Amino acid sequence: MLLIPCPWCGPRDEAEFHYGGQAHVAYPETPADLTDEEWARYLFFRDNPKGPFAERWNHGAGCRRWFNAVRDTATNEILGVYRAGEERPTVSGRGAVADSTELSQPSPAAPVLPAAADQPGQSPSARSTSTLQPGPAFSARPAFEDEALSGPTGVQGAEPPGNGVEGAAPLEDGTGRGGGGEETHPFRHPTHGRIHRDTPLTFTFDGTEYQGYKGDTLASALLANGIIQTGTSIKLGRPRGIFTAGVEEPNAVIQIEAPFPEPMLPATTIELYDGLVATSLPGQGRLATEPDPARYDAVHAHCDLLVVGAGPAGLAAAATAARTGARVILADDRPELGGTLLDTAQLLDWVAELKEELSTAPDIRILTRTTVFGHYDDNHLLAVERRTNHLGAAAPTHVSRERVWRIRARRVVLATGAHERSLAFADNDRPGVMLAASARAYVNRHGVLPGRRAVVFTTNDSAYAAALDLAAAGVKVEAIVDTRPSEPDEWASRAREAGIEVLPGHAVVGTEGTPRLTAVAVAPYGETTNRLRQFTADLLLVSGGWNPVAHLFSQAGGKLRYDDNLGSFAPDTCRQLVEVAGSANGEFNLAGALLQGAAAGARAIEAGGYIAETPSLPEVTSEPHTPAMHVFDVPGAADAPRFVDLQRDVTVADLTRATAAGLNSVEHTKRYTTAGTANDQGKTSGILASGVVAELLGVDVSALGTTTFRPPYTPVSFAALAGRDRGALHDPIRTTALHDWHVMQGALFENVGQWKRPWYYPQDGEDMETAVLRECAAARESVAFMDGSTLGKIDVQGPDAPVFLDRLYTNMMGNLKVGMIRYGVMCRPDGMVFDDGTAIRLAPDRYLVTTTTGNAAAVLDWMEEWHQTEWPELRVHCASVTEQWATVALVGPRSREVLGSLAPQLAVGNDDFPFMAWRDTTVAGIEARVCRISFSGELAYEINVSPWEALALWEALYEAGAPFGITPYGTETMHVLRAEKGYPIIGQDTDGTVTPQDLGMSWAVSKKKPDFIGKRSYARADAVRPDRKHLVGLLPEDPAAFLPEGTQLIADSVLPAPPVPMLGHVTSSYRSAALGRTFALALIKGGRDRIGERLYAPVGDRLIPVTVASPVLYDPEGARRDG
Amino acid sequence: MADTALSVPRRSPLAGAADRLAAVTRTSGGTVRLAELPFLAQVNLRLDAKGAAADAVGLALGLSLPLEPNTVVRAGELTVLWLGPDEWLVVGPPDTQRDVEHRIRAAAGDEHIAVTDVSAQRTTLLVSGARAPELLAHGCPLDLHPRAFGPGRCAQTTLARAQVVLVARDEPGAGFWVLVRSSFAGYLTDWLLDAAAEYVQES
Repeated sequence: MLLIPCPWCGPRDEAEFHYGGQAHVAYPETPADLTDEEWARYLFFRDNPKGPFAERWNHGAGCRRWFNAVRDTATNEILGVYRAGEERPTVSGRGAVADSTELSQPSPAAPVLPAAADQPGQSPSARSTSTLQPGPAFSARPAFEDEALSGPTGVQGAEPPGNGVEGAAPLEDGTGRGGGGEETHPFRHPTHGRIHRDTPLTFTFDGTEYQGYKGDTLASALLANGIIQTGTSIKLGRPRGIFTAGVEEPNAVIQIEAPFPEPMLPATTIELYDGLVATSLPGQGRLATEPDPARYDAVHAHCDLLVVGAGPAGLAAAATAARTGARVILADDRPELGGTLLDTAQLLDWVAELKEELSTAPDIRILTRTTVFGHYDDNHLLAVERRTNHLGAAAPTHVSRERVWRIRARRVVLATGAHERSLAFADNDRPGVMLAASARAYVNRHGVLPGRRAVVFTTNDSAYAAALDLAAAGVKVEAIVDTRPSEPDEWASRAREAGIEVLPGHAVVGTEGTPRLTAVAVAPYGETTNRLRQFTADLLLVSGGWNPVAHLFSQAGGKLRYDDNLGSFAPDTCRQLVEVAGSANGEFNLAGALLQGAAAGARAIEAGGYIAETPSLPEVTSEPHTPAMHVFDVPGAADAPRFVDLQRDVTVADLTRATAAGLNSVEHTKRYTTAGTANDQGKTSGILASGVVAELLGVDVSALGTTTFRPPYTPVSFAALAGRDRGALHDPIRTTALHDWHVMQGALFENVGQWKRPWYYPQDGEDMETAVLRECAAARESVAFMDGSTLGKIDVQGPDAPVFLDRLYTNMMGNLKVGMIRYGVMCRPDGMVFDDGTAIRLAPDRYLVTTTTGNAAAVLDWMEEWHQTEWPELRVHCASVTEQWATVALVGPRSREVLGSLAPQLAVGNDDFPFMAWRDTTVAGIEARVCRISFSGELAYEINVSPWEALALWEALYEAGAPFGITPYGTETMHVLRAEKGYPIIGQDTDGTVTPQDLGMSWAVSKKKPDFIGKRSYARADAVRPDRKHLVGLLPEDPAAFLPEGTQLIADSVLPAPPVPMLGHVTSSYRSAALGRTFALALIKGGRDRIGERLYAPVGDRLIPVTVASPVLYDPEGARRDG
Repeated sequence: MADTALSVPRRSPLAGAADRLAAVTRTSGGTVRLAELPFLAQVNLRLDAKGAAADAVGLALGLSLPLEPNTVVRAGELTVLWLGPDEWLVVGPPDTQRDVEHRIRAAAGDEHIAVTDVSAQRTTLLVSGARAPELLAHGCPLDLHPRAFGPGRCAQTTLARAQVVLVARDEPGAGFWVLVRSSFAGYLTDWLLDAAAEYVQES
């Protein structure tokens, strides 16, 4: 959501504004002097530049002022704003408005030039790429202190692997399954993990009941029970298992059955709760068939700094802001702070201390279980907080289950971490194949061993740390298979000390096991059949390198750069005020990530005018680092599939077919193969796919790039996005002061805009047709009344009010006498009818103008637009008074008697109170303005009173009219009555292509006024061609035949071959009590010249003959108007 | 006027919702207090802020019209809201609208101004209690933090899907006036009651 700086109100959400097109397109001084072509140029032609563009905006939901803005049409940046009537300032490129023209200043709190007020954000890497450290990810096990090879020293208390580490005793029972651990959780480590062993939970998966602990995810609880397979793949039906420990999960996407059905949720992110019932899925789930009973809502939030991600970098950033006075939001998608530190079990004391400090700081809001999923313009970010999902059936019903946070942040620090990527090797999809760091997370976060006997396959150092943690926890790690020709000395020696064989220059070339992995085949890298070695294993840990999570940065408009150290893409520059820190920025060294986070936080805080704290960062030793090898596709057995996108079942062979078909960009191969389009959006496979395609095309992956990152970062339910805007609150319902009465009388309602208007009042089981005929008859024969309060009303005041209205209406309003009323038509400059209504002259300098119900706001906007932007010299002001007055239409030959009985001071005789006059009086003791207006052709009055007293008036009329059988009527009867008289309804009988002349209203178009809006267009050739569509009446030859609205009309009695020449269409169609037959209004080519002709209306498979008639079918003499 | 006002029963737009509004105040333990302030006098005023009428009208109302956007000025029982560079809303106690309009017109003399009684155009909801800013943040995109929207501030903006005029009341923590078009008042009330459900305290 853009912030648009109103010159008066300062920056507001773009939703408060509406667009007014190109600025500085002045209304021609004398349109009559222009040629048709020049006039058409004014009407229809506008510039469409790429880059800065001056355009008009209206702060419609705010101060209602029109102003101009210079917007870059390529980036949507608002480069400057200035008031209507001021000259366009010169704009020199992005973000700079030259000060040759003084720009208007908004209120002090509101910078006019968002882009110029602050330099666009630049990621730290752009400033000093040299600080980028290629490196091991989240390494946990440093060398012995005296063996540290390089980098900063200062090891703090980390323990060497396999040396008295807790739980180091192997759990293996020789079977590779079950046994060891705890009785009900065979794969649970006795002490590891952050689970709450005092809170056991029972859950059901695929019909079997299991136990887990509070603190488990569904995935970790399944693994603790020895379950790794969680479904089958969508196209090939191959067994698939838990592959990751986070949001990037492609395989373990399951169905929740209870307490409420939800499809396609990653088991790796579902917090376990008591009574959870889930089932595995064959690649796709099922939507619930019943409405979700839970509440969902949204909240707006504002902050000086939003930190996304509470891992080491994000925590360090937030720490600099604590107690500075700055408003900070720290959001993280997990239930507790720490990010990857939880996965690696590092610095947990620091995390705990910091959590305590942050949670007591007054201006810091910590949002856990909150995924920031979209990063939009002007640092508007959307996040979804899962508030009660983790409580299962115990969730309180009055608290929203999920909440969407709409966060507006002055600055953003993205500390979103990195995702490990996989490798495309033969049969790489068996349950038991898992990303290395994810397996490490299961050990450290959940105390779960994902297997008993593991092989590690890597291209970089990070998997060594994972292997060491698993080994220390009791997993038998058979070998680390490293594609790099020479092993990373320090890591390799640590591995060997832990009893792990290291095989440099090797690769996994195949796997076996059904469904679960049982064996891994290894060969020298490049070989597929020679010198094979076979390892027995139920777990294969894979690391193909790391991808910074650049999703939000990219959505924010940030550019990515190829990082050769990572073999992936990392944030570069961004025009928004956003910085990226930690592994999201390619900084995989823990100490570096902490420093980067703290520095980014401090910069953000100080930019906001606060003094940043120097946080106490823990000392961290630097890990040894050996450059990674960039590997994507790994040769293997020819007939074995090498999966790239597990969730879409896309293999290297599929990508090969795509490139062979000539698709040479990843955007194209994505669409051809569907790689990256599943609900994981290719988090583990995207760069892998880019790498494979690059190899197939023989280009470098850096040249190929990535596919576009779009919101949402993770799937968000429609229920969460809808929030409170559903059911009765989906759209505002506008009601009149009489609404409750209509409801009590059993009225059915019609939606007119957002208004609820009584449609008709069925009595005693009447159907609509019967009710409407009865209501019509009452109005024509006796008296009926209707709630007309929804009509738009605008008070127009000022000495130039007559001139103003003369320019807006096609007919004369300036010569209307005080005390009188005139019908008027408003058109657009193109001459097409825009609205109609009446103008009541209250005083020489004051009118009350009415509009159609649906157009009230648009007409007021229209008036303000012309006044503010074209005619600011006119001394006139407009104010909406729609709800200031309640209006009751009292209609029918007996209406005078009813009114007279209630308005003793009013002379109701025709001479004293003629048609189109108004009088102030009292009706039933209520101050009222009574207008003699008729929209039915009958004697009729519109009685206007305060809405506070409307019910009293209405009930008094009902009582006074009772002797005459006064009948309340609704919009349907109103439509019939007016249609019988040929009065058009704007928007029903017109569609923006109809002139007043087309409607037969030349009488309402002034010939005397030198100009008014629309006048010049009536001289255009298009406006005078004889085959324009005219509004006419239609009488079906069978008086019972009913023409549906929209029915086409043709000339021939036999349907000709297509294309059938259409003459026009039916715009209104009714049954008339007064005429005793059906009738319709229609727009027909040259219709007024066809009166009396027979045309045909195709309805279903019949051609109904109809006769063209005058639109005025009832009382054409107008005899009934005066009673 | 007084006679008719007394003889004819008046009904405010939210008369039917009074019980439900009071119930929220009760069940939330006062952390959210909702009530309609019906029948307040509201007069829309348009004049040239730089013209002679501005000072004269201010004098007649006993205050200076607020010229800073989105601020209010109070004097006695009157509150004047900035709505635009030449537009204000004068709010006063019930049944004072004619007096206010008369004083303004008399003060302006022959100067071009526009004065419109809009007392029934909008009704006023009082939203107060400790959770009031949080409640409004469910549907209002403005920053309602006291630093950004403290006493003396007002704004025309949107709350849920309705346009409103928000006024921060005088005392810190005294909550807000929410002025809403009468036809939207029922919708907005339903919305506020739904949003307030979260603050219901277990009895």
